[in-house]
Amino acid sequence: MVQTRTIEVAVGLFVAAGLGALFVLAMKVSNLTAFTDDTGYQLVAKFENVGSLKVGAPVSIAGVRVGRVGNIGIDHTTHEAVVKLNINKEYTDIPADTAASVLTAGLLGEQYVALEPGGDIKALRAGDEIKLTQPALVLEKIIGQFLFSKAQEGPSKK
Amino acid sequence: MPDTPIAENNPLVQIRGLRFARGERMIFDGVDIDIPRGKITAIMGPSGTGKTTLLRLIGGQLRPLAGSIVVDGQPVPQLKRAALYQLRKRMGMLFQSGALLTDLDVFDNVAFPLREHTKLPETLIRDLVLMKLQAVGLRGARHLMASELSGGMARRVALARAIALDPMMIMYDEPFTGQDPISLGTIVQLIHALNEALGLTSIIVSHDVHETAAIADYIYVLSGGKVIGHGTPEELARSDSPWVRQFMQGLADGPVPFHYPAADYAEELLNNKPGAAP
Amino acid sequence: MINRLQTLGRWGLIRFERLGRGSMFLMQVLAGLPALLLRPRLTLQQVYATGVLSLVIIIVSGLFVGMVLGLQGYNTLVDFGAEESLGVLVALSLVRELGPVIAALLFAGRAGSALTAEIGLMKATEQLSAMEMMAVDPLARVVAPRLLGGFIAMPLLAAMFSAVGVFGGYFVGVGLLGVDDGSFWSQMQAKVNLQEDIMNGVIKSVVFGFVVTWIAVFEGYDAVPTSEGISRATTRTVVNSSLAVLGLDFVMTALMFGGF
Repeated sequence: MVQTRTIEVAVGLFVAAGLGALFVLAMKVSNLTAFTDDTGYQLVAKFENVGSLKVGAPVSIAGVRVGRVGNIGIDHTTHEAVVKLNINKEYTDIPADTAASVLTAGLLGEQYVALEPGGDIKALRAGDEIKLTQPALVLEKIIGQFLFSKAQEGPSKK
Repeated sequence: MPDTPIAENNPLVQIRGLRFARGERMIFDGVDIDIPRGKITAIMGPSGTGKTTLLRLIGGQLRPLAGSIVVDGQPVPQLKRAALYQLRKRMGMLFQSGALLTDLDVFDNVAFPLREHTKLPETLIRDLVLMKLQAVGLRGARHLMASELSGGMARRVALARAIALDPMMIMYDEPFTGQDPISLGTIVQLIHALNEALGLTSIIVSHDVHETAAIADYIYVLSGGKVIGHGTPEELARSDSPWVRQFMQGLADGPVPFHYPAADYAEELLNNKPGAAP
Repeated sequence: MINRLQTLGRWGLIRFERLGRGSMFLMQVLAGLPALLLRPRLTLQQVYATGVLSLVIIIVSGLFVGMVLGLQGYNTLVDFGAEESLGVLVALSLVRELGPVIAALLFAGRAGSALTAEIGLMKATEQLSAMEMMAVDPLARVVAPRLLGGFIAMPLLAAMFSAVGVFGGYFVGVGLLGVDDGSFWSQMQAKVNLQEDIMNGVIKSVVFGFVVTWIAVFEGYDAVPTSEGISRATTRTVVNSSLAVLGLDFVMTALMFGGF
């Protein structure tokens, strides 16, 4: 019977270790807060261009993640991109004159929405729209502008 | 083929017109056998005559091509799975190797059928197992693992396991093969004693003439898929069939030739010259 | 030419026949599962035999695979100045692919071959036959708990493999090569998705565990009951289950991440 006991204890430890590993993967490796986003509130921002922004991309203030991109659509009259931002419920005091811009994390990184708070005392509430937006920088356009300006000043240098 | 070899009214096992083939090879071609209740019946024959196959047919592990096998009034090949399993609980079988479960010790091996089929409390199972082990003289070996037993001991443990559920019959598959004289004597005596004490019906499959003749009440001799002789050991010893005499007396040459079929000896020797066709 | 075609055709037919027999065998085994719930101890022993005994090889391999990923990933990422993404690379490689796949291959080699050999030996020594004659169904008593045990053990082993691997990558990347501790974890957490990445990895490992154990018990039960037959069956278990794992991995990856 001692042997049976050892086996039972070993299997118990094994199952605990396996579930523990799953727990570590869930908590430490991935971001479980993906689930808690639902309990926050939603803001809307219209961008001229969102570049390669994806649903689920981070929304951050001063580099701290405060929410995720919930939905990306298009406004049928202005043909601007309509981005719904799911903000976590603890960040309720985002000023009304906050600006939103689509930035890139690092040179090759993913695009995210950065919020730059203004000085307004009033806070944004659920469903409010962020008026001040800056579109994503599209690399081809920047290179195109750069080449264009070079071409213009080119002859004068020679 | 005689229809009723012995005049028992109600044999425990009744086989009629049994035909069975393995691939192209016909193993049984019209075999009739009666196993009387409470007796030791031996099925004998040279190796490869399908004696073990016969036991598997009786146990319902194989199905015949044709013919009937009736065990205690139930037609084995036609039984549904549940009924077959019920019937098997009343049959014990002793395999040639013992076939003990290697991951269990002696005690658990004997307890195995009890635990699988009964809801008896553990104390009662312990008493029953010790009784069965006492009967085969291995009560002291109950903590050994199956792999630590000698061949003869393994067979005795398997016997204890076979009688664990108090069956109505036991089938012994080659119980005498590969035993030293002492364990051989033990097994012979055990089979005899169990048959007497428990009122069992025993079927022994064997090709060991002397041991079998010593304890069997009745013997069937099989060869070439047919019963070629049957009777009490004394009757068979006096048989005038050359085949039965060759088998019972262990003669090298007879109806079963010593030589494998070949071309003429002298001719083959003469032809074996360099350059001749091989 | 005709002979070649005939050989090919016969080969195909034999494969099909084996697949059919394997499926029928599986159905019969699955029929024995409900009764097994009444006797959890039988399954427990098999979780021990397949899971606990495979633990060492899984943990050690996971550690090394994670460390190699850390090293190779760093050397590639540092050229782009993106070595902070090392955590993402290590974690995604492990939870999506390497964890389930390598754990399944090791599981086939360690536990699968042992299962085949054990059941094959039980068949060769007439233990399965003896059980049948004792009115005990070997499929329900011997095969079903082994199938269930492997099915339970494998996803847990794969999860441990991935978790240990991530720490192996952390050890090399952060401990030895000087990647920033915080960004290693935060980048990983930002990019690894619980549902898409980790759950899909777990689903893969569940499927692999089932398939490898199924092949192992079938090959054992179907083995020619001689020592040569058992050794062939053991080889077949490792070869067939490895191929099945890699093939299924492609199919599942295409379905989960391929965007078809």
